[in-house]
Amino acid sequence: MVGLVLVSHSAGLAAAAVELTRGIAGRETPVAAAGGDDDGGLGVSMDRIEAAVREVDQGDGVLLIPDLGSAVLTARLMEQPGRVVLADVPFVEGAIAAAVAAGGGAALAGVLSAAEEARTYRKL
Amino acid sequence: MSGMLGTDFFLAWMTLAAGTVRLHRDRLTGLDAAIGDADHGANLDRGFTEVGKALTEWPPTSPAQVLVSAGTTLIRRVGGASGPLYGSFFRQLGKSLDVPATPAGFAAAFASGVLAVERLGKAAQGDKTMIDALAPAARALTQAVQEGADERKAFERAARAAEEGAKATIPLRARKGRASYLGERSIGHEDPGAASSALIVASLAEAAA
Repeated sequence: MVGLVLVSHSAGLAAAAVELTRGIAGRETPVAAAGGDDDGGLGVSMDRIEAAVREVDQGDGVLLIPDLGSAVLTARLMEQPGRVVLADVPFVEGAIAAAVAAGGGAALAGVLSAAEEARTYRKL
Repeated sequence: MSGMLGTDFFLAWMTLAAGTVRLHRDRLTGLDAAIGDADHGANLDRGFTEVGKALTEWPPTSPAQVLVSAGTTLIRRVGGASGPLYGSFFRQLGKSLDVPATPAGFAAAFASGVLAVERLGKAAQGDKTMIDALAPAARALTQAVQEGADERKAFERAARAAEEGAKATIPLRARKGRASYLGERSIGHEDPGAASSALIVASLAEAAA
């Protein structure tokens, strides 16, 4: 299965987004949180992102979903074409769409495009 | 390595950059408090302190190693957007530097570093970012070298261009980064990233003085 890493400035937001995502997509979906800086404060930690990538990497690729700003910049530096890919998508909606696709066995490109479709979802 | 642009010169640049960032930490944080999240000075100070530790722990043997090690440390330890941006700048600068480094080679590598920042941040001059200091510095450096200036003169001109570029961000409206959320309210403040870029280029001139 494709793994997902939710990268947020906030450790709490990342952890809660993982909880919500796995609650909807299924517990077996590999989704990990990389939230906060090295000390757990607001910010971004490359160490935390790397640890999360290792946690969810089953060999089928990993999708990084950042919230904004330095999370995006740090995640971009970690991209490995075809292996670790960044999704430019809404954080919550993109994570859920990606997790549902990953749980259904989609390949990395399919998981990415499912996440990208979330950008056009309307709530009403 | 001997010569003006040897390993020791780049180590001196990093030490001076760390010193000036420490000295101006509160000013940078104050600028960031006006239009950002008030952590730029503290973040960069922490990052450059870690750079100093890394360069002491694993002594580099070439200019490229100094710059790539500094860049990697900044990416990993700053914790804000300036980490990946400055980190990419120094890493690209190091990777592009020919050995032995010449003024012309350095100017080209510096420009390549600035391009890496532009690509990563998808920012251009006028967006009220680091680029507003770094891009004029790169141009001044290239021009000075073409006119036959020595390192000291060329770096002084780059430092002046970076400083003017940073001050020129005051009337701009931010189009990138945290300050862009403020829209019109970002006008009237110097961009903290441009201000720290000017300090880092000034420390380059200081290292050559």
